[in-house]
Amino acid sequence: MQVSREEVERIAALAHLDLTAEELARMQKDLSQILEYVAQLEQVNLEGVEPMAQVAAADADPEAKLRADEARPGFTQEQALANAPQAAAGCFQVPRVLGGEDEA
Amino acid sequence: MTELPLLSVEIVRRRIAERQTTATALAEACFGAIAAANPRLNVYLTLSPERARAQAEKIDRLADRGLPLPPLAGVPVAVKDVLSTRGLRTTCGSRMLENYLPQYDATAVERLEAAGAVILGKVNCDEFAMGSSNENSAYGPVRNPWDTERVPGGSSGGSAAAVAAGLGVAALGSDTGGSIRQPAAFCGVVGLLPTYGRVSRFGLVAFGSSLDHVGPLARSAKDAAYLLAAIAGADPKDATSADVPVPDYVAELEQPIAGLKIGIPREAFAAAGETGGLDAGVNAAVRGALDALERAGCQLVEIRLPHTEYATATYYLIATAEASANLARYDGVRYGFRAPEAESLRAMYRQTRDHGFGAEVKRRILLGTYALSAGYYDAYYRRAQRVRARIAEDYRQAFQQVDVIAMPTTPTPAFRIGERIEDPLRMYLNDIYTVSADLAGVPAISLPCGLAGGLPVGVQFTGNYFAESLLLRLAHHYERLRGPIGPPPAFATPGGNGAQ
Repeated sequence: MQVSREEVERIAALAHLDLTAEELARMQKDLSQILEYVAQLEQVNLEGVEPMAQVAAADADPEAKLRADEARPGFTQEQALANAPQAAAGCFQVPRVLGGEDEA
Repeated sequence: MTELPLLSVEIVRRRIAERQTTATALAEACFGAIAAANPRLNVYLTLSPERARAQAEKIDRLADRGLPLPPLAGVPVAVKDVLSTRGLRTTCGSRMLENYLPQYDATAVERLEAAGAVILGKVNCDEFAMGSSNENSAYGPVRNPWDTERVPGGSSGGSAAAVAAGLGVAALGSDTGGSIRQPAAFCGVVGLLPTYGRVSRFGLVAFGSSLDHVGPLARSAKDAAYLLAAIAGADPKDATSADVPVPDYVAELEQPIAGLKIGIPREAFAAAGETGGLDAGVNAAVRGALDALERAGCQLVEIRLPHTEYATATYYLIATAEASANLARYDGVRYGFRAPEAESLRAMYRQTRDHGFGAEVKRRILLGTYALSAGYYDAYYRRAQRVRARIAEDYRQAFQQVDVIAMPTTPTPAFRIGERIEDPLRMYLNDIYTVSADLAGVPAISLPCGLAGGLPVGVQFTGNYFAESLLLRLAHHYERLRGPIGPPPAFATPGGNGAQ
């Protein structure tokens, strides 16, 4: 299965990845090859088979494990910000949101 | 003292209890061995000497007072760098987290320390645990202690190499598609994938959440049993952890194995063709292990796992889809790398992710985003989830006939650094024997069963849900039948081989 360059660009944008021209070409080739390989799944008879989203070994009834909805101690503000690349006034600081391409 | 790191869990504890050594001296010996070997092997990314010393002194004070020692007293352990350690740099093998200092410990780490283990530091791995060779680490590949021109396997390559080379008695790894068992096979050590939910993933940096597992690597099944006993069990901090009683894995090792039915999947040994071919030396070593078990009274039964040929394709759709969602969090806002000069928020996201992630991580994010995107979801992601149900059903049916399933861990021994890195699909096919257990959620163990061309070969036993005790017992008995393998010639210390 051949994935077009435009398709890779579209996917990269969805994933917030800013790929170079070289990376785009490489990923186009790799994705095409991998998608060709996974096409073999079309051969499997899946009549009446439901998707398996989670291993059910342990949890026949995951609802039963919900804890009481009570507040518990969590991170302090200081801990939450400890690894922030940029913080100010107890908040995560980011470049401007409005203006430029973000308004599109 | 330098031979101490090759000792077993029990010998470490006994020597400390009998005052032949101290936990502190043992930790120092390990740091000495690491300093000598790390330039060659590139195993450790970050050392934690202060934390190790504080823990060792705690153990030594118990020994000084003649108090009973906890099960892992003084046992030096390496921790894969995808497990969070409070205040101790956790990079996930990525530039993205080069300076990340977690604010909490992973539950598995916390439990190891509570059981007396001494954390030496954090070991190298493929970036965000994505890889089968450790070549995807932003900090350079780990080298295989058996042959430094070869890969140690991945993604827990540092964990396996540390244990093989005596840079720790045991290690923690993580396994999403084979990342504990495959490097264990390549480095000649024991690696255990526990049942999904058996060990808490709290503090494990997420890759594929329906597939991620934490488990031990060690030089013997018994040591692996000690580690599993320490880390297994329900955890209120992980809603997917199972509230199932934890057996006494060590005590149960001595139960007999005669009469066990071992299933041999026809598909595993029929794997042929240029990409999935089973190496003749691997085949011979694994067959040898099966023959030994048959002579010991186990019954070999041919079985079918008809959907395993689809496991690799299924795995690479599901794991990448989950990864694309999990790795969305690396956006330069709350932690990790941020591209410095972006003009707008969206440009910052894109530049941060382009610079912070390596090629394989990007490839998987793209594949996963594709499989989840509008118009492709049913054709790829949902179809893969349905095939996954078929694979799990294959195992369910097989375990109605047999107690354990045996097959190779990998189709070949360790390959050369650089040999496959340019061909991602060929690299993925190396996982052909390991991914299906992660997909089904069943436990599996890899342990050495011989050498092929001077390199270790792993045999893999897979069990039904929560059958870790049975797998460890079979592995333990097989080790006795097999005799010692290792350490790697370059790391053999006279009288220091602690296989027992």
